[in-house]
Amino acid sequence: MIHVKNVYKNFGQLEVLKGVSCYVAPSEVVCVIGPSGSGKSTLLRCINQLETVQSGDILIDGQDITHPSININKIRQQVGMVFQLFNLFPHKTTLENVTLAPTKILKISPDEAHERATILLQKVGLVDKANVYPNQLSGGQKQRVAIARALAMQPKVMLFDEPTSALDPEMVGEVLEVMKDLAYEGMTMMVVTHEMGFAREVGHRVLFMDEGVIVEEGSPTQIFDNPSNPRTQSFLSKVL
Amino acid sequence: MTQVVPYTFGFNIIEKLMDIHGFEVVANNFTSFLMGALITLELTALAVAFGMVLGLIFGLLKLAPQFKIGYAFATLYIDFFRGTPLFVQILLLYFGVLPIFGDIGAFTSAVIACSLNSGAYIAEIVRAGIQAVDKGQMEAGRSLGMNHPQAMWYIILPQAFKVVIPPLINEFIAMLKDTSLVSIISVSELTLRGKLIYASSYEPAWVWGTVAIIYFIMTKLLAMFGDYMERRLATE
Repeated sequence: MIHVKNVYKNFGQLEVLKGVSCYVAPSEVVCVIGPSGSGKSTLLRCINQLETVQSGDILIDGQDITHPSININKIRQQVGMVFQLFNLFPHKTTLENVTLAPTKILKISPDEAHERATILLQKVGLVDKANVYPNQLSGGQKQRVAIARALAMQPKVMLFDEPTSALDPEMVGEVLEVMKDLAYEGMTMMVVTHEMGFAREVGHRVLFMDEGVIVEEGSPTQIFDNPSNPRTQSFLSKVL
Repeated sequence: MTQVVPYTFGFNIIEKLMDIHGFEVVANNFTSFLMGALITLELTALAVAFGMVLGLIFGLLKLAPQFKIGYAFATLYIDFFRGTPLFVQILLLYFGVLPIFGDIGAFTSAVIACSLNSGAYIAEIVRAGIQAVDKGQMEAGRSLGMNHPQAMWYIILPQAFKVVIPPLINEFIAMLKDTSLVSIISVSELTLRGKLIYASSYEPAWVWGTVAIIYFIMTKLLAMFGDYMERRLATE
């Protein structure tokens, strides 16, 4: 589904990604862990071209999205993204947040979009909040709406950029529950996270990144119980 | 025979105010004042309407330095119309520039001058408003598959609009008052009417007082409209 091949990315003098290669198979949940500034978020943002790469290829469904002739908007419709700070549209109600892109971009009828949005809001448990504005929602509720908004485009892949890092501890669980359900339904997911419990329980594979490279990857048991790289060992000893 | 003018101390003012002549002047010319106010309103409405279109275009160009020609043109336009007096712009356009294109008339000329001036200020308001919207909003829109103009139109501009209402109303009020400058090219708006009525009546306090009150009522209504819009767009 996603193939990242030898990607380099720098912001000015700062090299953020130094030759990253990885893949996500269909219906696979890949969790990316690592210290701050290791390039996890940048990698995720490169995958839907919110950042452009200096060199290397990124293939989604076999299409090289770094190629200049590609219509990135079409690609992004199939790649849902959930942000750390939610980025809900504050001038739209919960329901409108979810229906906006399908009606304007996919041009589906308002009735159908409404129906689709209601089902999604049911799924994330917020159908009773359909007509309120984002600033009346808690952080956890906002993030669940953001997930519903991304799902409304019926993406093939979902990217999560530290979806629970900005939440109060008691709200982390409700968001992870929604993500867990999604994973069990067979959604292809790439999740940058600091929630080691989630990575261990839901992730099929875990990538450990440090200083712009993938230091180690493997199954959750392998990474968490038996890390082979000293840098992975030292990181995990601090966070677990 | 010399006429003796008695010195009346402070009573002069009271006498003047109670002077039935001044009141009559205002009352008799009331329709003329109102017609002038109407022309002032019309001029302002046209100027800010065109000004908003110009402001939106040039404000967006100002945010796109990658389009070098558009950016340079926008910079030049804004610098010129913000950097020279509106009074001079009105004179320059009416006497210097527009006659090249034939006889356009004082009113149209005034609309063009005020629109161009207003557009320059509104461009900066638009730019500031768009920049005030969180960067994550554009990213969220783009990540859903919108192209740049779609994200701008559906997500950024509605939020920017809310931010720019107070400075925009400020600009409208300033423009309404500044239309008084077009009296110099004989557009018979409120100030020119005041000048003419004063010249034939010599009642400065009554005439200019009335003109001031009419301007005040118009700007106050505009300010109230701004407050109403802010309340209506609030999502809290």
